[in-house]
Amino acid sequence: MSDLIQIANETILTPAGLGEQDLDQMLGELVGGGIDAADIYFQTSRVESWVLEDGIIKEGSHNIEQGAGIRAISGEKTGFAYSDELQLPALIAAARAARSISRSGNQGSVQVRGLPLQNRLYAPINPLPSLTEAEKVELLRQVDAEARCLDPRVQQVIVSLVGAQDVMLVAATDGTLSADVRPLIRLNVHVIAEQAGRREQGSSGGGARQSFQYLLDEQRALGYAREAVRQALLNLEAVEAPAGCMPVVLGPGWPGVLLHEAVGHGLEGDFNRKGTSAFSGRIGEQVASRLCTVVDDGTLPGRRGSLNVDDEGTPSQNTVLIENGILKGYMQDKHNARLMQSESTGNGRRESYAHLPMPRMTNTYMLPGEHAPEEIIASVDKGIYAVNFGGGQVDITSGRFVFSASEAYLIENGKVAAPVKGATLIGNGPEAMTRISMVGNDLQLDAGVGVCGKEGQSVPVGVGQPTLKLDELTVGGTGA
Amino acid sequence: MERIEQRKAHLEQLVSELLDEALRQGASAAEAGVSSDAGLSLSVRMGEPETIEYTRDNGLGVTVFFGQQKGSASTSDLSPSAVKETVQAACNFARYTSPDDCAGLADAQLMAREVPDLDLYHPWDLEVARGIELATECEAAALGRDPRIVNSEGASLNTHSGLHVYGNTHGFIGGYPSSRHSLNCAVVGKQDESMQRDYWYTHSRLGDLLELPERVGRMAADRTLARLGAQKLSTRQAPVLFQADVAVGLLRSFIGAIRGSALYRKSSFLLDALGETVFPAFVRIHEEPLLPRGLGSAPYDSEGVATRTQDFIRDGVLCSYVLDSYSARKLGMQTTHNGGGVRNLRINSGELDRQGLLREMTSGLLVTELMGQGINPVTGDYSRGAAGFWVENGEIQYPVEEVTIAGNLKDMFMGLLAVGTDIETRTSIQTGSWLIDRMTIAGD
Repeated sequence: MSDLIQIANETILTPAGLGEQDLDQMLGELVGGGIDAADIYFQTSRVESWVLEDGIIKEGSHNIEQGAGIRAISGEKTGFAYSDELQLPALIAAARAARSISRSGNQGSVQVRGLPLQNRLYAPINPLPSLTEAEKVELLRQVDAEARCLDPRVQQVIVSLVGAQDVMLVAATDGTLSADVRPLIRLNVHVIAEQAGRREQGSSGGGARQSFQYLLDEQRALGYAREAVRQALLNLEAVEAPAGCMPVVLGPGWPGVLLHEAVGHGLEGDFNRKGTSAFSGRIGEQVASRLCTVVDDGTLPGRRGSLNVDDEGTPSQNTVLIENGILKGYMQDKHNARLMQSESTGNGRRESYAHLPMPRMTNTYMLPGEHAPEEIIASVDKGIYAVNFGGGQVDITSGRFVFSASEAYLIENGKVAAPVKGATLIGNGPEAMTRISMVGNDLQLDAGVGVCGKEGQSVPVGVGQPTLKLDELTVGGTGA
Repeated sequence: MERIEQRKAHLEQLVSELLDEALRQGASAAEAGVSSDAGLSLSVRMGEPETIEYTRDNGLGVTVFFGQQKGSASTSDLSPSAVKETVQAACNFARYTSPDDCAGLADAQLMAREVPDLDLYHPWDLEVARGIELATECEAAALGRDPRIVNSEGASLNTHSGLHVYGNTHGFIGGYPSSRHSLNCAVVGKQDESMQRDYWYTHSRLGDLLELPERVGRMAADRTLARLGAQKLSTRQAPVLFQADVAVGLLRSFIGAIRGSALYRKSSFLLDALGETVFPAFVRIHEEPLLPRGLGSAPYDSEGVATRTQDFIRDGVLCSYVLDSYSARKLGMQTTHNGGGVRNLRINSGELDRQGLLREMTSGLLVTELMGQGINPVTGDYSRGAAGFWVENGEIQYPVEEVTIAGNLKDMFMGLLAVGTDIETRTSIQTGSWLIDRMTIAGD
């Protein structure tokens, strides 16, 4: 038995008076009679958050969620029930409710076994006590002081610190018994700067599947403060963004939200099984320029989007989605893989025990190319250089996607010129990807604050890319 | 579910225990909330049942004050042992937060004295088989509408009901049950090689007041069909008509800008705008929190303060902010009983229905969908992805996609020419379509 299963047992099952034989009994309720697959997902999560505002520690809060979600699948049908009471009768009742998706019913037997786990991408720690309360408060104060001392135009600083430990254990009728202990921390800084009556904002932050020490190492937290101030001050100088179609150069790192929206969601297995994605049925076709190789990699050590195993117990993988512009594969969970006669790629994720798993991204990024970033900028006569973004959104059926720049500049005659106000960029995924004409040699991953939403469920993800040039993209400014 | 009165008494008991425990652990004041919801969500896709989900969500939260210091904790566990542990966690945080002059409960004399029955609770004892029948009927109406409807994301029916009880150490305790039901459908249309998707939904406190499944399916299909063959536009400036369901977002941005938390953080494009003209003179915006069966109705706000009808915009002038007691103290004002936000927000309509608005616009862009988060709350700068229809001579010409619309919310509010009589009723913010004089449309 792996130590992760042991920790999960001790954290979730033992306090509720449950043992592994009870898992077998519950799964026994879920086999046979037209049920193809079923699983039980146990979870305990502890989240702690702190907020500093107006120079004082304003909020401190703690949340504990605990429960089990039970799913039964028959063909394309899924029955699901969950309980926040981890008592056997409640769980058996939930199992019966879930299996009502299939008309007939008879009991069978299942024995689960835990396999040794290969992935060890983060330590199975609880990050919450990794700093004392006094040290957390001190960290927030230092970040605030750093932001305020940088420039007298800084009017308001909001710093939030969040730490979480998520312990999960999943048992399935295919014999899977798997567990994971997932630490996650992040710190965000939001700044308002004012000059001659004009106010602008700047934001930055970062995090990882580590202890809070990560934020102190290399002065990362102070770095976020400096970055947020830099952006707010820059925005005070920003001019109207242009409107219309033009060449766009995207900086490295967080602008990889382009890939998340333009191709990532469209390559999730559920949409492709149902044929509702603009990428449906296009494996083997060219869907991006030959310079593009895009992967979804859940195996990067310590990163926000990484998982030792996904929420169905499948070890996460490095999945090639697009290779040299050719569509290679989709991201799959067990359910959609079974229906598409393929294998799970370790992308079965869920927000919590109270949500159904579905194919989701982990860390999605593009591999580096050959060009120096300066060369790429120098190749543009007139266009936009966008280096920081807020969120994005995609309509996977038409392929249309948007993402909103929060830091961008004009490019004039091959040189970075004046900063422009935030603007939304819009395109069509498969079209935009074929217009990528230069790929930089400077791959970066984001700082670790990404949240992806799908069908009302939020999960932490990562993105990344090298500097990229799109020959044409619509920029939604107000200027000429 | 056990009888609702018993359940309510049980949750009230939990709230009292939380408050007692907080005082026992040394808090000078405390507030607590407990909620318990149950529901059924089911979906049908391509004529077959796809998912059946039984939902049951519990939550318990407590905030404690030690003088001017504050701490909070919450859990999904309603067991007796959770009460003590949760209060303990909250008290622990209160030791480390800073004294804050403005922290504390809302003033005692503002507490609601009674909890009027707003007729919000109409549980639907829906059999799974019946639910599947309704969803199937809905999707079939969409799929059968036109051969160009080639695929479906399915139809889903959701019914939820629950109870929420809130109390604080002023002696206020209140609770009431409520219900929500919805039916929605999304389908995919195909023309040449391009696909479009659109949806429709209906939402009510009463199952009986939902639109008929057949109509929901037909609307989803018609909206999808209308988008087929969409084109881009060249970059231009033009009037923009925000269809009622997307105009809701503009009202939401307005409320976000006059919310106390945005104001004391100086994070609003309407900072210090009280008493100023921010809309044309014909505009009145108000809330009606006590509307029977209203989707946003509540007899008291999230701090126990009695709610009442009030104006935010009168004759185009900003006459009230949206404040809870904390932000009110920060601004040296009184709470506007908006702890937790606004409830049943309305803007007055003019004379014109949607057709009338199209004629009034003559030529411009009718926006039926917005994408992305491109709104800067500090400056009001607005730039979002849009889809809709190009209008000439007051008539829809062709569908439009992959454009952005941009402007500044301050100018857009002042440039509001008319609000339609085609009121969106499925959300707690209700408005007709908005005709705005001019925005930048970016395309080819």
